Amino acid sequence: MKGTYLGEFEEVVLLAVAIRTGDAYGAAVVNEIEQQMGRSVNLGAVHSALNRLQEKGLVNSEMGGMTAERGGRRKRLYTVTAYGRRALEEIRQLRNQMWGAIPNTAWT
Amino acid sequence: MLRHPPRFATRLLHWFLAPHRVEELEGDLDELFQQRIRQVGLRKARWRYVRDVVSVLRPSLIKREDTKTYPKPAMTTMLRNYLKVAFRNLAKNRVYSFINIFGLASGMTVAMLIGLWLYDELSFDRQFKQYNRLAKLWQFVKFDVEKASYDVMPIPLAQELRSKYPDFESVGLSVTRSVILATGERKLLKTGNYVEPDFISMVSLNVVAGAPFGANDMNAILLSASLANVLFGAENPVNKLIKLDNKQTVKVAGVYKDFPANSTFNDVTFLIPWQFFAANDAGAKLDQNEWDSNSYQIYAQLKPGADFDQVSAKIKDIRMKHDNPPGYKPEFFLHPMTKWHLFADFKDGVNTGGLITFVWLFGSIGVIVLLLACINFMNLSTARSEKRAKEVGIRKAIGSLRSQLIAQFFSESLLMALLAFILAMVFVQLTLPFFNQVAEKKMIVLWSNPWFWIAGIGFSLLTGLIAGSYPALYLSSFQPIKVLKGIRRTSRSATIPRRVLVGFQFTVSVTLIIGTIIVFRQVEHAKDRPVGYSRSGLVEIGIMTPELAGHYDALRNDLLRTGAVSGMSESSNSVTVQYGGTTDISWKGKKSGSKPLVMTNYVSHDYGKTVGWQLKEGRDFSRTYSTDTASVILNEAAVRLMGFKNPIGEMVRRGSPSREYQVIGVIKDMVKEDPFKPVNPAFFAINYGNVNTINLRLAPQLSAHEALEKIEQVVKSYSPDSPFDYKFVDDQYAQKFGVEERIGRLAGGFAILAILISCLGLFGLASFMAEQRTKEIGIRKVLGASVFNVWQLLSKEFVMLIVIAFCLATPIAYYVLSDWLQNYPYRTELSWWIFAAAGAGALFVTLLTISYQSIKAALMNPVKSLRSE
Repeated sequence: MKGTYLGEFEEVVLLAVAIRTGDAYGAAVVNEIEQQMGRSVNLGAVHSALNRLQEKGLVNSEMGGMTAERGGRRKRLYTVTAYGRRALEEIRQLRNQMWGAIPNTAWT
Repeated sequence: MLRHPPRFATRLLHWFLAPHRVEELEGDLDELFQQRIRQVGLRKARWRYVRDVVSVLRPSLIKREDTKTYPKPAMTTMLRNYLKVAFRNLAKNRVYSFINIFGLASGMTVAMLIGLWLYDELSFDRQFKQYNRLAKLWQFVKFDVEKASYDVMPIPLAQELRSKYPDFESVGLSVTRSVILATGERKLLKTGNYVEPDFISMVSLNVVAGAPFGANDMNAILLSASLANVLFGAENPVNKLIKLDNKQTVKVAGVYKDFPANSTFNDVTFLIPWQFFAANDAGAKLDQNEWDSNSYQIYAQLKPGADFDQVSAKIKDIRMKHDNPPGYKPEFFLHPMTKWHLFADFKDGVNTGGLITFVWLFGSIGVIVLLLACINFMNLSTARSEKRAKEVGIRKAIGSLRSQLIAQFFSESLLMALLAFILAMVFVQLTLPFFNQVAEKKMIVLWSNPWFWIAGIGFSLLTGLIAGSYPALYLSSFQPIKVLKGIRRTSRSATIPRRVLVGFQFTVSVTLIIGTIIVFRQVEHAKDRPVGYSRSGLVEIGIMTPELAGHYDALRNDLLRTGAVSGMSESSNSVTVQYGGTTDISWKGKKSGSKPLVMTNYVSHDYGKTVGWQLKEGRDFSRTYSTDTASVILNEAAVRLMGFKNPIGEMVRRGSPSREYQVIGVIKDMVKEDPFKPVNPAFFAINYGNVNTINLRLAPQLSAHEALEKIEQVVKSYSPDSPFDYKFVDDQYAQKFGVEERIGRLAGGFAILAILISCLGLFGLASFMAEQRTKEIGIRKVLGASVFNVWQLLSKEFVMLIVIAFCLATPIAYYVLSDWLQNYPYRTELSWWIFAAAGAGALFVTLLTISYQSIKAALMNPVKSLRSE
């Protein structure tokens, strides 16, 4: 298992998997990120990020059923593991903590 | 789905991506693609698709699936380990490996080249479908004491065989001639045969265009494919007209595939009906029913089941049963096609072999050289393997079984043998053109012949097994405790086989050196023989067309006026050949009943001066004596035969109708025939009609090139339509040594290789011994030994081996070579210095080889060699 440090893109991908719970596969994650963030993403980047996340134990995967849409090919469905969820929460908590530490005078 | 993504991108995906990811990724790509067509259109969707594919091709996704299973050790794992250790050993001992593999490879190369040569010789004339039923008619005739053999026959014999002997399926007359073929502007002098139609079916001629001529065709010609190409290029040659010797015209009936290079007929470039020859050739017209004019070949095909010897016995006395049997008592017999090439020599009525001697000779040389290489290989592998005793000990201590060690050593030596085999194939491919040139052959590597591969690989396996047997069987028996403790078992008896093998190698090498020297000396000896005329600057032109004949004086004056020639004459046949002799000659005191053959030469008055013969007695022919048309000049051999005390003025009766000729001069013997044989008795007589060769002595003040240009102009002015074809007598004479020089070159090459291989082995052995005795040498040096002492110590053993080898080689070489020299009546001496020189040469090369190692060992600093223990 590699270090638990989560890169920015990895975090986004992990969030997208969580959003699409139950139907989180490569193309769906790409669509989700493009919709949410309004920027175009390469499939390769997403897949390699998913790959890394899996190696770190933040997501699990299994092959799903096939659909006509994909020319009869199966898809790999990702689910966020408990460890993945905790990592997301930690990041959020860290952000909140840092937001709280900003003095009010900072924005004036 | 009509709208598909770019195919190349999909293909790229399949090439590079890890197989276990392809399905999901392709699915994703496809889904996004379809979706994007709807959103942004086909063009952009395709573009995005390509971008995605490129982005997908990253190392983390290309990497193959990690199976995460532990390897199951199998047979191959251990074999891989053996190979790995073997390669490490090769790389560690580079010099040994090089010597070993290179030596074996060169031995194999020689064996393969010789094998190809043998294959070529043994398959000679075997391409004809009915080769084992074909034969050529020969006859034994008895002129004097011994029976001589000739392959020329009288014309009526063919009809006799055909009509009265049912054993023959077909019989065909044939005669070989050089003819000028002219079509349009092209004129070529080519050799071909006039044959009866039966000949065509006998040799199963492969006619590729047109049709063969039949019994009724007369003015027809069949061309070989290569000649047709030269004459007509891409045009269709069939039905084209060709003019022969500027006289008659024939029509091309067909084109046949060239006769194979290794067949008797390989120089036959065209075939013309015999009928044409019989109707046009002056000699053939006269000989139609002449039983005693032997000038033509007869080929015959027997019926299936007929035996050559039995048929020979039946036809033996055909001539003797006819009227007026000649005094030379001809005995006809069949010479089977299978024996034409390799068994072509006859002596006194018995077949004495021929080229088959060389098949045996080179076959045995090939085997011996290969054996030398194998011996090296074994010697070096065994010597070296003793150094690996520790490895054996450790492997055994860890748990290796004996059978595994055996497998290891065998796989190592097999690997080396196979590497050598591959290297040898490369060598063969590279040296074959050169070898072809030396051997005057057109051989190719038999890549597609399974026997070639079976023999080659089978032999490599055998060598590997033999060479590997000592380390495999002996070393694997070591007890690990003793080996690891450091007790070396190098008993003296272990080195004896090695010494025997080295001794054998040198015996062979010395024998080959002696053989090479003798062959070359024999050739030189014959070359230095006084020939009785002067060859330098002598040029000959054949009189092929009628235009050149019959203007002797005019042609002579024109040629002399150019200043390009200092002498000109005409003669029957070239000065380097001797055709035609007669037994119809008598003199005072000739023994009645004896029928010696005296060679006949017809010349013009200026012949003697032009060729530069050496008068011993009497005078040359001269125009001032009108009686010289009834004079002869004899050579020394003829004077000896006739037993004249004072030959000048003696009378010789010859010719038909017979006339008296007066002997006016005696010349020194001229070597016109085989330079290795004594000169036959011969006479020279004036005859301007019976000549076919112009002899020219080039003027020394002009270069040969300039002189020939001027001569060509003159010859062309007489005969504009024939090609100017001249021959230097020097070259013609040199060709007489072709066979012997070829043997000499091949023997020399093999001797050098044998020595090279032996020296390679010696070099390896010497360095091994020096290495083994490093400590001993160090101690000796500390105690005061000089470099010379150490050198002596290391060289002594090898010098002893050379001396023994020399003692063995001398009688063998003497026996074989004196036997070989018996073939040549005119031969060199086997003098003692040749043997001494060969021995000294071998000794010198040996000392040179081992001195490098022994001096290196002797110069080593004893501190270094004794420091480590």
